[in-house]
Amino acid sequence: MTHTNPWLLPDGVEDLLPPMAGRIEALRRALVDTYQRWGYDLITPPLIEYLESLLTGTGNELNLQTFKLTDQLTGRMMGVRADMTPQAARIDAHTLRRPGVTRLCYAGHVLRARPEHLMASRAPIQTGCELFGSRDGAADQEIIHLMLETLKVAGLESIHLDLAHVSIYQCLADAAGLSRQTEEAVFDALRRKSIPELDELLGDASAGSAAQMICRLARLGGGPDALKEAGKQLHQAPPAVMHALEELAQVAEAVSRRFPQVSLGFDFCELRGYNYHTGLVFAAYVPGHGSALAKGGRYDAIGEDFGRARPATGFSADLRAMVALGQQVPLADENQKAIWAPQRDDPELLQVVAELRQQERVIQALAEDDVASARGRCDRQLVKQGNHWQVIPLEN
Amino acid sequence: MSEPVTESQQITIALSKGRILDETLPLLAQAGIEPVDDLQRTRKLVFATTDPRVRLLIIRATDVPTYVQHGGADLGVTGKDVLMEHGGEGLYEPLDLHIARCRLMTAGVAGAPVPSGRVRVATKFVRLAREYYASQGKQADIIKLYGAMELAPLLGLSDEIVDIVDTGNTLRANGLEARETICDISSRLIVNRASMKMKHQRIEPLVEELRQAVARGMGQPA
Repeated sequence: MTHTNPWLLPDGVEDLLPPMAGRIEALRRALVDTYQRWGYDLITPPLIEYLESLLTGTGNELNLQTFKLTDQLTGRMMGVRADMTPQAARIDAHTLRRPGVTRLCYAGHVLRARPEHLMASRAPIQTGCELFGSRDGAADQEIIHLMLETLKVAGLESIHLDLAHVSIYQCLADAAGLSRQTEEAVFDALRRKSIPELDELLGDASAGSAAQMICRLARLGGGPDALKEAGKQLHQAPPAVMHALEELAQVAEAVSRRFPQVSLGFDFCELRGYNYHTGLVFAAYVPGHGSALAKGGRYDAIGEDFGRARPATGFSADLRAMVALGQQVPLADENQKAIWAPQRDDPELLQVVAELRQQERVIQALAEDDVASARGRCDRQLVKQGNHWQVIPLEN
Repeated sequence: MSEPVTESQQITIALSKGRILDETLPLLAQAGIEPVDDLQRTRKLVFATTDPRVRLLIIRATDVPTYVQHGGADLGVTGKDVLMEHGGEGLYEPLDLHIARCRLMTAGVAGAPVPSGRVRVATKFVRLAREYYASQGKQADIIKLYGAMELAPLLGLSDEIVDIVDTGNTLRANGLEARETICDISSRLIVNRASMKMKHQRIEPLVEELRQAVARGMGQPA
């Protein structure tokens, strides 16, 4: 290629145009309002930080997703945030240092050096809530309810909630006493639900052993029956595993009581964010969208690296993806047309325009403004009748 | 007429022409899924089946993981070679169908010595070849080709090739010898992660029926 097109954007990076940009902004406001009504305080962390603080306790996945640059003031490496959760954890653990429970929410751009999945944006607008300082299952339930509320505000229906628990695999892998190499291979195979590979790796495990339970785990998955089946299959597992299953059952119960229309599923091969999640993990899906729309979980270990160990749970979602899927419900005032007004140095006109703009859209026409195209956007006009400015229909 | 099939009940299975298709159809037939049309005599790419809730896509083998990952298809059948080269992100691979079996191997000109330093390797499995040679402690220069790998060492384009070997006849006919086996290959059933979660009521029984058909040896050519 001898010529680069100056208008060409990088892969996975796009302009947000009308009406999409307006819808995203409206949803952002509606969501932040919702979160604040639930007692979550808004934070706006910086777009860039030193790499160490962005990646603390998060593992290799986030490292690969983070764009890096050198701070020319200090020579240190900085990263553009790929996820706002570690920032919220830093703010809670180090900056705010509030006693008791801290509830934080955010909405802003993140950048991903590599898209999360095929066709995903590299510049999603992330919105989410984090709850610090409570180990209670009720905290996880509050976060899940708020995540489902988020999807409701976005006008999404037919939601499927996927529940999983990373401790189950964690405990079984510990109990199985696998070598590091085998454990890595088992982890990778389980993540891909590759039953043939698991059987090959752990096939000679004795009946009732932790290794055999991992093999069984891979075969489980589905609706509420899968959880019951897991209880049966894993009844000889360490107490921590049974506790995790119990936790899953409690959350499932609470969700189905409060959101009976949401379908529930359990996936014991879901090991997303395994490096920093420490307990319950959850994700919301809608039909026709091949990846999770909102997701979250418990991460009790991150705060420790910032000097204050805090239990934590939270979720995040991509505003752009939610609006794209919830498109069938345009915003109430999106279709409302504007008032066409002349541009004149008349104090009375300016006064009327200012008053109208409290509620309405008013376009004051410039000489270059094209009246013909204005007809698409305006349905009324401001004209002087006698001594007064009046709003009358815009004739075609 | 039966009730109309809604999107949430519809299952799409991606297959590729050739050996995978020929050996998968008997397995699907055991699960009550048979194409309505004769696949060999049509240019269509999407096929209705005897189960109104299931349709088949016939696409290129290397495209199967992409379609399933993106959710264009809920399930697919693809070789382990293609799957490993693709990376398998966002996919579940719950079942080895034990069909279209072969080996992924290195090969070179019969009797020719392997160079001691950097080795030039022609292959369509760029990722697998790089990983394999690295695991052997060898730096390899990988040359991506799309077909007729056997030509590359003969014309001096590469020292070795990495390719699928079935009987080894093509290698021998071209004066090459098979060297190391990288891994054994067979076809896998792959499932989109979101489909596995949202359509588990449809997919789980289907996977189970296929598992039983495989156990009965239905996929093996007579």
